[in-house]
Amino acid sequence: MDPVFVLVDVNNFYASCEQFFNPSLRRRPLIVLSNNNGCVITRSEEAKALGIKMGTPLFKIQHLVEEYDVQAYSSNYELYGDMSQRVMGTLQEFTPAVEIYSIDEAFMELDGGSAKSLRSLGLEIQQKVYRWTGVPVSIGMAETKTLAKVANRIAKKSEKTAGVLDLTHSPYQEKALERTPVEEVWGIGRAYSKLLKDEGISMALALRDANLRWVRKQMTVVGARIVMELRGISCLALEACPPPKKSITCSRTFGIHIESLSEIREAVAVYTTRVAERLRRAGLAASVITGFIQTDRFHNGPQYQNAATRSLVYPTDAGQELLDSALKALERIFQPGYKYRKAGVLLSGLVPADQLTTRMYDDTRWERFRQVMEAVDYINRKYGRDTIRFATADPNGRWKTKFQRCSPHYTTRLSDVPIIH
Amino acid sequence: MGEDLRAGVEIDANVVGTCGMDRSTKLLRPLFMSRVPAGFPSPAEDYVESRIDLNRDLILHPLATYYARIEGDSMVGVDIPDGSIVAFDCTVETKDGDIVIARVEDQMVCKILREGTEGGVWLEPANSDYKPIIITEEMDFQVIGQVLFSVKWHSKHHGPRFRPGRCQ
Repeated sequence: MDPVFVLVDVNNFYASCEQFFNPSLRRRPLIVLSNNNGCVITRSEEAKALGIKMGTPLFKIQHLVEEYDVQAYSSNYELYGDMSQRVMGTLQEFTPAVEIYSIDEAFMELDGGSAKSLRSLGLEIQQKVYRWTGVPVSIGMAETKTLAKVANRIAKKSEKTAGVLDLTHSPYQEKALERTPVEEVWGIGRAYSKLLKDEGISMALALRDANLRWVRKQMTVVGARIVMELRGISCLALEACPPPKKSITCSRTFGIHIESLSEIREAVAVYTTRVAERLRRAGLAASVITGFIQTDRFHNGPQYQNAATRSLVYPTDAGQELLDSALKALERIFQPGYKYRKAGVLLSGLVPADQLTTRMYDDTRWERFRQVMEAVDYINRKYGRDTIRFATADPNGRWKTKFQRCSPHYTTRLSDVPIIH
Repeated sequence: MGEDLRAGVEIDANVVGTCGMDRSTKLLRPLFMSRVPAGFPSPAEDYVESRIDLNRDLILHPLATYYARIEGDSMVGVDIPDGSIVAFDCTVETKDGDIVIARVEDQMVCKILREGTEGGVWLEPANSDYKPIIITEEMDFQVIGQVLFSVKWHSKHHGPRFRPGRCQ
């Protein structure tokens, strides 16, 4: 029987996690900020209604926060990571064929021939996830992944669908494609959408009906596949997660023996910056970071070597996040009293970075942000660390301290479990 | 330097990547490069089962089971005193008489679920000092899960940094 693809994604995932364990946050404007630079990475519906955009730094919306009593939290990745596992695990109760696409999105492949109507199955999935994990999801179903994403997007926005839309072989497909701008089609980034719009193709329906040979020429086989998928011909199979194929390492033997933690930290910081650069140049993000240190084998002193590995809940290519993790790893293994000769940093669990960026921010903003990040890193390397830091708009430096207001780690620390009367 | 330090690092493949579905509860640990003597082989090797683990043995649906701390003595009558840690399971159907975690308006509460024969629903405390919460149609009410078991710490002087219940 023809397979059916289902795209499940959580509505405002981080905000929804916070609201499940702290119900007083429900139906209120709520935002979660990234740890490093205090930019908005999730908004509740009420916060969206205030006009708060993704990626906005806190200081820019401080006036809104105060006026409307917007609840703001730092990201609690321990919590989100655990809740993500629970959501994905719940999906796997329906079928083992689940492709985890990001922390809050997954594709499922179902047998189209089952007796139950697909929509009622979609509602069942939605209900089960909500009961088991407390977070609401939107579900789009169709005969190809790309169409499933179109369906999902409409399901999310349309109250009529109650968050579940089945477009499989549906006469409503044309209307759905008419309503979907090309840049919202999976795989069409900023560059391609500009190209298409210049050709007068602004909606997905026109893309579907475009001349295939022209598409193949202008957008390579990738573009052709997208068009085929929009036509209902599945070209993208459900992918098992690719195992990490490689790693990126930077390590050096010191010119002299180093004994102090502060000096080793500096070395590790430099190595982390270097691997982060290579990571970004390769268009990848890392989910595991390892730090290692060792003494001089040829020296007649006590010997020590150790390594510590940290898995990053959310794969990243951001220099600061990797640095934080690398230094934490180092803290775990550093022992005073040894003459260290070598240290290094290794990144593994590599995934393509563009998969992350389209999910977290809209393309234009994130691309600009990334460019800035890369430029900052380059200048800091050339002229010394922290030549450029994340600046704030307030000259009084009221915002100089990093925003740190993390919610309790409700599911990962016994001391933090929700308190109930 | 011939040796590759990376060889000394154990990375559990389950933890790596965005598809960490089968993440075990074990932590990544650094390994030392030097050899460690393994010890003598045990005659009981074939019979060794993993030890009792309450988390594994008492919780049937780990994906949908959460812990909470009960504050107040509204449930002393069912042996859940102030400070107890409870585990609640969100998969099971609840019925009249079950101890549940529920959301009433903007608060989570732990009470006994009561469903009257005429369709009335209320949340009953297990302590006569407290009044029941009567659920009306207009209220935002949802049963979240059923309490499976509770934990109370009894040792007055010893224990982990965090101990369920008030430290005496």
